[in-house]
Order: sequence, then structure tokens, then C-alpha cells
Amino acid sequence: MPKVSMTVNGKEVSGNIDSRTLLVQFLRDTLRLTGTHVGCDTSQCGCCVVHVDGKALKSCTVLALTLEGANVTTIEGLATDGKLHPMQEAFRENHALQCGFCTPGMIMTSVDIVNRKGNKLDEQTIRHELEGNLCRCTGYHNIVKAVAAGAEAMAK
Amino acid sequence: MYQFTYHRVDSARKAANLAEKNEDAKFLAGGMTLLPTMKQRLASPSALIDLNPASEKLAGIEVKGRNVHIGAMTRHYDVANSKDVQEAIPALAELAGMIGDPAVRHRGTIGGSVANNDPAADYPSACLALNATIHTNKRKISADEFFTGLFETALEPGELITKIVFPVPSKAAYMKFPNPASRYAMVGVFVAKKGKDVRVAVTGAGSSGVFRAGKFEAALTAKFHVKALEGVSASAEGLNSDIHADAAYRAHLIGVMARRAVNKANGK
Ligand SMILES: Cc1cc2nc3c(=O)[nH]c(=O)nc-3n(C[C@H](O)[C@H](O)[C@H](O)COP(=O)(O)OP(=O)(O)OC[C@H]3O[C@@H](n4cnc5c(N)ncnc54)[C@H](O)[C@@H]3O)c2cc1C
Ligand code: FES
Ligand code: FES
Repeated sequence: MPKVSMTVNGKEVSGNIDSRTLLVQFLRDTLRLTGTHVGCDTSQCGCCVVHVDGKALKSCTVLALTLEGANVTTIEGLATDGKLHPMQEAFRENHALQCGFCTPGMIMTSVDIVNRKGNKLDEQTIRHELEGNLCRCTGYHNIVKAVAAGAEAMAK
Repeated sequence: MYQFTYHRVDSARKAANLAEKNEDAKFLAGGMTLLPTMKQRLASPSALIDLNPASEKLAGIEVKGRNVHIGAMTRHYDVANSKDVQEAIPALAELAGMIGDPAVRHRGTIGGSVANNDPAADYPSACLALNATIHTNKRKISADEFFTGLFETALEPGELITKIVFPVPSKAAYMKFPNPASRYAMVGVFVAKKGKDVRVAVTGAGSSGVFRAGKFEAALTAKFHVKALEGVSASAEGLNSDIHADAAYRAHLIGVMARRAVNKANGK
């Protein structure tokens, strides 16, 4: 089986994998990082979003082999020294989750939005930028509030 | 997904050589269309030739004279945010920013989109309306000759798109009525004027893919103003009907999107 090596949450990892292995399968099944979820497996829902070389990607729609040498950050890589990332904290504070299934992808996408659009985000921008992430519980209102608050907190 | 052999290549030449040797091989660009299709077992290539390691050579945006050259592996996100494209052909940058969602735009490429020729994809309308030229490892193909039908193009098996060259128009705009669920175009109309030449391309509507709207072009060539379109409408014949919209509704949308695009191109 072909071998792949990459950096995940700051650690060098590698594995011999079937060429069909998707990034999300490599993360969940090989590395046991089960924070990244699979909601649809058809590239629609965004539950599986992780950062690859600093950009949000749907990990269910990328082959692991294609990411040889890449730098991947998953939801597990956001907190530092046992302290939640400001965006995670904002989701908790604003009650932006119910079942929590969409949350890892929502948070990874939200951090990506801040990286691209800065710390002052209006509602319209947030809703537009979250188009690739679906939530079947919250009705989105609190997610939008959380992203705005998390974005501001990230500036501090 | 069915089993396949995976090949990594770092240049267009290597990619083409491998494709020549593997009849059922497919190029892997952004994978945003190919991988979902393979998961559904609608495609089962014997081998994948991964173009991503060749991104440095196959991606990039360059303005040369009155043309914008965009490498096949250029991601939608990079076209949308390119200062050069925003200045030379703002309608093209805007179109790229309307494709799918941010994660799809980070990965999907212009070459993959054009090669795939999905009847609801956005880029084919830009290629056709702007009179682009598709460069491959073998030849140059004009957009008028390139898009030959539903998911069909003039590409031969194993032929690789290397870049797409867009002449800079004097005025252009793209208006898209997105399907609210998939965000693909239910109808998208790209209008471009270069000198006296006006081209209007419609995506999302035609049952054999992107097409030029002759009646609209004739009216707008006489006068590039929304008033010239008074009484001009699209026929429902040959348009798609599905659960999202029937042919008559799509025909109506073509008229609405074309008018909005002309107004936008005129700065209104
Ligand atoms: C959720 C979602 C929403 C989307 N929404 C839209 C939308 O609104 N509008 C839209 O236009 N598209 C949309 N897309 C499709 C997206 O734009 C794809 O990126 C694009 O259609 C294919 O590009 P790719 O780089 O991902 O190609 P791939 O999936 O890698 O390849 C597609 C096909 O092209 C071939 N190919 C790739 N590169 C080349 C090349 N250089 N030369 C020859 N053949 C090549 C491949 O072999 C394959 O057959 C969406 C996709 C998803 C998953
Ligand atoms: S699991 Fe990847 S987008 Fe839904
Ligand atoms: S909290 Fe349940 S899907 Fe979003």
C-alpha cells in the first residue's frame, strides 16, 4: 500500500493506506482523531471541514495521498494548554450547538472566515460564508452570534 | 469507490505521458467533482493522475497585453481574489467567487470545471461569452468549438488542459440564479461586449449544456442597452425541466438574468 506523510496538529504522522483513503478516513480511522465528522459524505454539509495549509477544505472530498507533506489542523488542534480556542469558547458561550454534530466543521470554517475576512464580521457576511456548512438543530441564529463574538475575541 | 492506481506527477508532460499509457486513467485536479462521482461509482477510472503536485507549473494568473491567462490548476478562490482578474475582467472574478462554498473554492480548479462541462457549471458560460481559448498539451481550442454537449468537450482521451486565455472585454457581467440547495446555476447568463461584438452565454438551462443566445446577441449588438431587449425572450425548447424548475420557468429566467447582466455591465 502507498505511504503518506503529513503534519497533523503539529505532529509528523504517516501511514500505509489504500489509495482510496479520504483525508477524513485517515484522520478518524488511522489517527483516531474522531473530532472531524462525516455528515453527508457528498461534499455538502461541511461537518468534515479541516484546515490544509491554512485553508478550509472538506476532508471527505480530498484523497489523503494527495496531501503528501501538507500541514493539517483539525478541531483537536485548536485548543492550547487545555484552554479552548476563542471560537470554541464563543460557541459554548452563545449556545451555538445542540447535538454538536456540525460543530467541529462550523468552528473550523469560522476560524477560516476570520483568517480571510478579519475580526469584524457582519451578519450577512457570516451567513454567506457559512453556506457550505449545514446544521439541522440550531436554526443558525446562535451560530451567527457565536462567529461574530469569536471573531472579535480572536483579535485579543 | 472502486480501486484505482494512484500516480503523482509534477509536470504536464509527465501527466500526459502517463495518460497515454493508461487508457482508463483520469486526471485528478481539485477532485470536487471527480471524487464525489467516484464515491457514487458513476466513474471508475483504473488510475488517477494527480495534478496537484504540478500546481506550481500549472497554476497562476498572468495578464499579457489584452489577455488574461489562467493556468488550469488555478483554484476558484485564487481567481476570485486575484487583483489582476478583478481589474481586467471583474465579472470573471465575481463568477469564481459564486462557485459553491468557500471550501469548494479553495480546492476546485478552473481546468477541472471547464473539462467537466457540467451543464450547470459557471465557468463554461464565461469561456463562451468572453470568447476564450482553451490551451491543451496538444493544441488551442476556441470556446465555440470546445463545449460539445452535456459533460462533453472537444478534449480527446488523455488530452490535458494547461491554461485558458480570456480576451479582456470592454464590458461584461455575469448574473446567476443559484439553486438554493446545490448553489450550482439554475440559470446563469454571462454577457460580454468587446468592440462591436456582443456575446451572451447561458448556463444551467440548456439540455445539452452551455449555449449562446443568438436573439439576445443580435439585439444587443444593435444597441448595448437593456432597452434593446424589449420584446426579446428565450424559447423553452431544448431547455431542461426538473424538480427545481421547468423549461418555461428557465426560459423566463434567461430573460431576467440577461437584463440584469446588461444593466450591471453598463454600471447600472
Ligand atoms: C458542494 C459543491 C458545490 C459546487 N458548486 C458549484 C457551482 O456553484 N458552480 C460550479 O460551476 N461548480 C460547482 N461545483 C463544482 C466545482 O466547481 C468543481 O471544482 C469543478 O466542477 C471541477 O473542478 P475540479 O478541479 O474539482 O476537478 P476534478 O473533480 O478533479 O475533475 C473533474 C474532471 O475534469 C478532468 N480534469 C481535471 N483537470 C483537468 C485538466 N487540466 N485537463 C483535462 N481534464 C481535466 C478530470 O479528469 C475529471 O474528469 C461544486 C462542487 C461541490 C462539491
Ligand atoms: S461529510 Fe464532508 S461535506 Fe458532509
Ligand atoms: S447542532 Fe446539531 S447539527 Fe448543528
